Amino acid sequence: MSDLTLTTTRQRPFDPPDEIAELREQTPIHRMTYADGHLGWIVTSYAAARAILADARFSNRPELMHPLIPARMELAGDQALRVPPGFFLRMDAPEHTRYRKLLTGQFTVRRMKELEPRIAEITDSCLDAMEAAAKPVDLVQEFALPIPSLVICELLGVPYEDRAQFQEDTKVLVNLEIKAEDAMGAMTRISAYLYGLIQRKRAKPEDDLLSGLIENGELNDEELTGVAFLLLVAGHETTANMLGLGTYALLTNPAQLALMRDDPSAVENGVEELLRYLTIIHLGPVRSALADVEIEGRLIKAGESVAIHLPVANRDPSRFPDGDALDLTRPATGHLTFGHGIHQCLGQQLARAEMRIAYPALLRRFPGLRLAISPEEVPMRSDMSIYGVHRLPVTW
Amino acid sequence: MEIKADTTVCIGAGMCALTVPAIFDQSEEEGTVVVLDSTPPAELEDAVRRAVTLCPSGAISVV
Ligand code: HEM
Ligand code: SF4
Repeated sequence: MSDLTLTTTRQRPFDPPDEIAELREQTPIHRMTYADGHLGWIVTSYAAARAILADARFSNRPELMHPLIPARMELAGDQALRVPPGFFLRMDAPEHTRYRKLLTGQFTVRRMKELEPRIAEITDSCLDAMEAAAKPVDLVQEFALPIPSLVICELLGVPYEDRAQFQEDTKVLVNLEIKAEDAMGAMTRISAYLYGLIQRKRAKPEDDLLSGLIENGELNDEELTGVAFLLLVAGHETTANMLGLGTYALLTNPAQLALMRDDPSAVENGVEELLRYLTIIHLGPVRSALADVEIEGRLIKAGESVAIHLPVANRDPSRFPDGDALDLTRPATGHLTFGHGIHQCLGQQLARAEMRIAYPALLRRFPGLRLAISPEEVPMRSDMSIYGVHRLPVTW
Repeated sequence: MEIKADTTVCIGAGMCALTVPAIFDQSEEEGTVVVLDSTPPAELEDAVRRAVTLCPSGAISVV
């Protein structure tokens, strides 16, 4: 046993819990007790995090993984967490490779650049709606959620009319507080919908990613459903939370906000810095050792789980000096916010394109944008697997 | 400097193409790395080294 368990309680909204940041000052890898009593590890240094994420001796298969926090207990165990066909995030190579290869061509830097005009149109229409609404508005509902939601639905070819149900269901999936059966229910509903959509596209192909994958012929309908499911869930709340939390961070750092709004040359790196500073995947990822592995002088035994604490690793002073400060001009590339190794985020270039367009567009449309409540009152998603704000009431 | 790329391990994350677009591209079909110039000019060598460290899969290296 180790006295250490994973806390999700933060002292300040943008900083990871002090207890975990302090661990990094001691050693890069610590013993930690998981919610099911498993004695595993937590990794807090940048170098060790990178090394483990790039190491094929660590598996991402769910049946090997132990739950980090009690809210995830019911979801653990091989029954509930068998990998559905096509859900390649939780597969290891070479199974993972087969899917990833089919998709990378759709997510290249060039492809994402081609999507930019459409992203800009979607952003403008959301800003128009926001401008027309009665103040104050919730920035999450009017801006942060609809933009990525519309973009990913468009990329996949999911009709806009169907997205309300999706947002409900994906919210359930990433909420740590909900019961396992509710999560399973939402998963089943999303999958059933996507399966139907794939049938429709098979009968009547269109110019979208799903139709392209169907035409390619490599995947059967169950596998296609899993892939579509993964893209939809992974592309939905992640970027949404970056947009909401990032705006909150900028509103409380006016000098940084001014840079993002007024200096087009600051935007690209500014987005990288927001990604680093906010590290919204804040409770993992978790990997399990397939063999005994020695890292930083510690022997991780086969079968032990390792939690990579990305927010703390991304503030490691040996990689990012003064890492607790938000500074849009610092060299911020190389952060681990999108992971590292074979699972590094497939949608990262899409997420970058969305943020590079959306933050400046918002701040230029509403130069007087400000919080409509006091900063301490902003409800934070401390308990969710993706960090962010539940609501962000703003006015201008 | 000479760049070597292994498309069998490349996962198409695009960090190379994002970092040094003059040297790296991604194939239209598979999205895997395409080296446009395997002997980059001296002024791009630092950027190429940065791309090598940023690549998540170890697919590119320099000798
Ligand atoms: C700011 C927004 C985003 C963040 C912070 C983010 C973060 C991440 C992270 C950390 C991983 C690796 C997980 C692990 O190693 O266990 C990942 C994987 C993934 N992401 Fe993202 N993501 C974002 C946006 C997106 C978008 C927009 C899409 C899709 C269109 C997407 C699709 C995926 C997929 C499919 C994977 C699995 C890749 C694989 O296993 O090979 N993500 N993401
Ligand atoms: S950065 Fe690495 S994995 Fe990504 S496309 Fe380039 S070579 Fe492939």
